[in-house]
Amino acid sequence: MDSDTGPHVIPQVVRRHRLATRLWHWVNAVAVLILLGSGLGISNAHPRLYWGRYGANFDHAWAQLPRFPAWITIPANYNLAISRRWHLFFAIVLGFGLLAFMIASLLNRHFARDLRVRRTELRPRHLLADLRRHLALRFHDPDSPRDYNLFQKLSYVAILFLALPLAIFTGIALSPAMNAAWPWLLEVFGGRQSARSIHFIAAVAIGLFTVVHLALVILAGVGNEMRSMITGRWRVPAE
Amino acid sequence: MIARRSLLTGGAGLLLAGCDRVVQNPTARRILFAGEDMQRGLQRALSDRAALAPEFRPDQMSPIFRANGTHNPGTPEYAALAQNNFADWRLAVGGLVDTPRRFTLAQLRTMPARTQITRHDCVEGWSAIGQWTGPLLGTVLKAAGVRRSARYVVFHCADLFGGIPYYESIDMVDAFHSQTILAWGMNGHMLDVAHGAPLRLRVERQLGYKHAKYLMRIDAVASLDGIGLGKGGYWEDHVDYDWYAGI
Repeated sequence: MDSDTGPHVIPQVVRRHRLATRLWHWVNAVAVLILLGSGLGISNAHPRLYWGRYGANFDHAWAQLPRFPAWITIPANYNLAISRRWHLFFAIVLGFGLLAFMIASLLNRHFARDLRVRRTELRPRHLLADLRRHLALRFHDPDSPRDYNLFQKLSYVAILFLALPLAIFTGIALSPAMNAAWPWLLEVFGGRQSARSIHFIAAVAIGLFTVVHLALVILAGVGNEMRSMITGRWRVPAE
Repeated sequence: MIARRSLLTGGAGLLLAGCDRVVQNPTARRILFAGEDMQRGLQRALSDRAALAPEFRPDQMSPIFRANGTHNPGTPEYAALAQNNFADWRLAVGGLVDTPRRFTLAQLRTMPARTQITRHDCVEGWSAIGQWTGPLLGTVLKAAGVRRSARYVVFHCADLFGGIPYYESIDMVDAFHSQTILAWGMNGHMLDVAHGAPLRLRVERQLGYKHAKYLMRIDAVASLDGIGLGKGGYWEDHVDYDWYAGI
């Protein structure tokens, strides 16, 4: 019920997310979750990270990761082969899903309309005001409730154009067959073990984004936010 | 509200637990395992099948090239062969060939050899760069007159895993690739036991478990059916590793 009107307040409902955005959001949510879970399973096979072109047990590792517990890995019990099956299947879902979403978002002007950062928004005064509003848990400008605030824009731009593509391309760089096909890609990252390290760092960034994203969804009101991501209809919170 | 909240956060855990059940369903398993075919199809569409794996300079080599898998086959047969430096060892080449052959190590060493410094990528995630020397697998297959009907090359090894002889297979494109060699030399010396003496496969562009060590017999075949459990290799048969080990 979007229009349960009280005597004083008439809630304003806006159409917030386009179909392409909603579809991709949920496909991607499943893909990211499975990729993170199976990725931690794969990490358990050799939980050391190196820089450069090679790296094995006797070489200097810049990080020795913990063993990730069964409740967070896919599958729960250590099985490198099955972790890889999940990971490599959903890597394709993630990669082509992101590509389709990006094309759709260019065509339906989602990027241009919602994610474009305007120069005035980057001024310190604006940044500070935005930060203050965030700390007060007011995430929406009552005058233009559909607009994303600056922090939203920056985090979505960072995840869409940096973290996810980085995870995808470092993933491709881990493939020995693709190293033969696209040797330049490996050079961009400085070798296979560097690519593997960056792959892990990108995954951590995506994981952190997901945690903050979920926390903000809860703070902003799970019901309203969930509905807007399922049906597109979002109720503007009363100020 | 509370219910929705716990639904949201609990959903993640539920999904992860659900994944384990999904793999037990034969249809879901088939779909999931089709990821291998998709990766292979995509990668082969994007790449030249003759493309070369990166090669490295001597100063880029790993200071220590760790050995893994079997460090020593440990069977009496292998011990006897190693005892006199593999003078009695023979590499049998058969299957779909015109003239089945048995090569001595000395014969293989007199064949034109290729030396390459390549990166070995273990399925677990580590890599090591080493130098390998040996004849092209293609040269050996041609010497036996491999037939056109052959689609795969199967490698039978001296080492056992859980009592089962290790084996692996590759297709003819990889078999005749210009970096696919039967290495008898490593890092400037004869291949040692830990790294697969007297002869191992180097099939660059694929993961480590494809690079069969302790080679005893090579068969050209039309199909992988009936060899082991039919999936083309020890790990493929017993632990669900993919046969296409390009990623």
